[in-house]
Amino acid sequence: MAMNNAGTIAERDKSIVIKGKNKKQLQCDTDSSAGCVSQRACVYCGARVVLNPITDAIHLVHGPIGCASYTWDIRGSLSSVAELYRNSFSTDLKERDVIFGGEQKLTDAIDGLMEKYQAKLIFVYSTCIVGVIGDDLQAICNAASQKYNIEVIPVESSGFIGNKSAGYRAAADALLRLIKPAEGIVMEKTNSINYLGDFNLAGETWIIQNYLRQMGIEMNVTFTGDSNYEALKLAPKARLNIIQCAGSMIYLAGKMEELYGIPYIQISFLGIEDTTASLRKIAAAVGDESTMAKAEELIRKETSRVEAIIKGYRQKLIGKKAAIYVGGGFKAISLVKQFREIGIDVVMIGTQTGRQEEYDTINNLVDNGTVILDDANPAELEKFMMQKGANLLVGGVKERPLAYKLGMAFIDHNHDRKHPLSGFEGAVNFAEEVYSTVCSPVWNSLIDKGIGSGVKCDG
Amino acid sequence: MADHGERNVNYRNVNENPCNMCMPMGGILALKGIEQSMVIVHGSQGCSTYMRRHIAEHFNEPVDVGSSSLNEKGTIYGGEPNLRLALDNIIKVYHPKLIGIVTTCLAETIGEDIGRITDQYLRDREMDGFPIITASTPGYGGSHFEGYFFTLKRIIMQLTKATEKNNKINIIIPNMSPGDIRELKRILEQMNIEYVLCPDFSDTLDRPFSKPYTKISNGGTKLADIKEMGGGLATIQMGVTIDDAISPGKYLADEFGVPLYNVPIPIGAENTDIFINTLVKITGKVIPQSLHNERGRLLDGMVDSHKYNFFGRSVIFGEPEMVYAVAKTCLENGVFPVVIATGSQEGKLKQLLVAALTDAVEESKILVETDFAHILAASQEARVNIAIGPSDGRYLTEKGEIPLVRLGFPIHDRVGGQRLVSVGYTGTMMLLDRITNTLLENKYRSYRSSMYEKFYQKDMG
Repeated sequence: MAMNNAGTIAERDKSIVIKGKNKKQLQCDTDSSAGCVSQRACVYCGARVVLNPITDAIHLVHGPIGCASYTWDIRGSLSSVAELYRNSFSTDLKERDVIFGGEQKLTDAIDGLMEKYQAKLIFVYSTCIVGVIGDDLQAICNAASQKYNIEVIPVESSGFIGNKSAGYRAAADALLRLIKPAEGIVMEKTNSINYLGDFNLAGETWIIQNYLRQMGIEMNVTFTGDSNYEALKLAPKARLNIIQCAGSMIYLAGKMEELYGIPYIQISFLGIEDTTASLRKIAAAVGDESTMAKAEELIRKETSRVEAIIKGYRQKLIGKKAAIYVGGGFKAISLVKQFREIGIDVVMIGTQTGRQEEYDTINNLVDNGTVILDDANPAELEKFMMQKGANLLVGGVKERPLAYKLGMAFIDHNHDRKHPLSGFEGAVNFAEEVYSTVCSPVWNSLIDKGIGSGVKCDG
Repeated sequence: MADHGERNVNYRNVNENPCNMCMPMGGILALKGIEQSMVIVHGSQGCSTYMRRHIAEHFNEPVDVGSSSLNEKGTIYGGEPNLRLALDNIIKVYHPKLIGIVTTCLAETIGEDIGRITDQYLRDREMDGFPIITASTPGYGGSHFEGYFFTLKRIIMQLTKATEKNNKINIIIPNMSPGDIRELKRILEQMNIEYVLCPDFSDTLDRPFSKPYTKISNGGTKLADIKEMGGGLATIQMGVTIDDAISPGKYLADEFGVPLYNVPIPIGAENTDIFINTLVKITGKVIPQSLHNERGRLLDGMVDSHKYNFFGRSVIFGEPEMVYAVAKTCLENGVFPVVIATGSQEGKLKQLLVAALTDAVEESKILVETDFAHILAASQEARVNIAIGPSDGRYLTEKGEIPLVRLGFPIHDRVGGQRLVSVGYTGTMMLLDRITNTLLENKYRSYRSSMYEKFYQKDMG
């Protein structure tokens, strides 16, 4: 077999463009091609990511053990009260269940869990084989709902029905079912807002909640960071939805507008520029002049606090080149602006599940020559990062070792992180993290040509 | 593999916080130890991504694994076109010398015949002789532990040929750290022993930093060496707990008449003695003085620490083979293993433990196919004060204030899991020190306040 290293995959061509060079439109939101070593996870993953932060729910995976095992308490979502969500429950299907069906086992599992935990809300996640062996999740969940007078909600997340985005949609459908008021009940609107697409990683929801409080705006409930059954049930009362992670929440927001007359606006709290713009946008949408004044006061106070710090980092980082490969489009867009704040240009940018309009925005935002790619794989990331001379990569757990092996700095921008990246605090953390990795002394040790060249001795 | 019929007392309706992963995970790990190999997971996209993520976090290495990315169409009409495309693309980008295909729940449930599909593929592409290893590893069929050994057996079944007798000893190892594999190799070289160690992921999953980066790392058991395992002098398999049905060593014995020595992982003085003595028995080699010295230092250290260790009441959990070796180590040092647990199938673990515990001063609770909720409950009941096992045991620390000595796979919340050395006399000493120091740290942290609360009365002064 030929030993050249430049093997490229034809079906991937449409998903890679170079700004300014190609006129073609980037292909996105398609199924991953077999053997391309996609970095994407599955439908179940998408659904679990969105629903898992609901703190007082039982998250029960109906399937063999792996799906529950790989997702047990690996996320950084925090809770102010309940801890139930940090458990991973599974019906642990075995061979005989696959042959004879898993319905009875699921019923028994719910009975067992209710005896132990008396929860008000259970999500039952469907996995690949449940979709194939044909267990009637709906019927079992309905029966359990009636038996215990609680919400038992099936999540249609069989892995093969699409990609991670399909999982977001499955989660949204589950949430819509949860927040639907009982027959005949009309919820009165209050002057509050829902915050969609924040999962309270390292307390990020709380940071934003504090900002809104300072502006005199009441947060009704967050989807889904530090949320719970009672709070989510009252979601239709809000008069505005603000969406951060659009990839996972735009469908839900559209449905809530249709069903409950709640309009939505897209915002982002990543980076100073977007945080500032978002606070103004929210104030203008729901507040009066005093709200606007409070927003300006908050912005002034926070900006003056963090500006000097960010400027300090900027001086050390200016001229470096970044590569971005993250899950969703909103994050990628904000990151481009955030890198500019600290003097860094983006030379490669891609996402796992970005949408067409997000890629359009990205295309408008980046410099000519920037590589834009959807659903990339390690070989492509390596190729373009080396070609474009990137100094650092932003990504998730799987991308981190690749960057390090290439001698490249790395920023963790995933659900596992233990430090907030939202708001003004987050902007400082981000700059600090970039500095800590780009300017670490370890890279100096990699420059020499081996032990011989590094030897220092007296003789 | 164990029967999942009505008689299985371990069958339960709900697993609360899993203590095991699924079969294809083990398959990937075994295949990663073969030179210039790539793996394709035949199933939906998520399986490979989840496993890559888990493996990458433990080893801090890029872990490229393909997927046949089965979608709805493939699920209904069959996954052959997907699998063929996956093979095409993996070959195009990675140029591997070998490809392993492991299946998933989905592929097995829809009845994919991967043997037939790959045969046809090789014929169509005129690639006769290109090694494609196929292993049926449905997630519901067992844990990653069984998946590992089963896949390893498949590798040997498909690569090993009847060859001339040679002087090499086949060393078949379970999932252990790359650091441990390197330590085993050091011992073998110290004793001047010719060997084929399989699978060898000491470099492939813990590669040195070097430029330029290659998509597949160097190292791994050579295909030519695996081919000749059938002519080996003997097989030493660290697989005392596994069923014969998934035993690669048993296959080599049955098929090629290679004598099989099943030994525990050489963790602990006695277990390491067994390993070394087996090497001596097979080869007649003399044990070098340096190894005697290592043993002497271990014994010296065991004596130094014995009083601290005697107050240890341990829970040991993880893969059966590791659990057995560590339980024996704890027993010989007085860190009494009051709870011994695995999320994997029973295999021969229970019968071995029962034998090992015959003269024990106290009864141990043995849990198989269990979960962390049960391990926690048993640990609290048995007043455990130290846990030994993979990172998920942090649950025991958080809920039960039981300090954890991290060992095994995966270790995802600390660095260095891939470098931990616990085998051989020197490795055992390092593991024992970690255990003893954890006991000491816990004691010193609280003894001032606990003594004060227990004994001090105000009117004393």
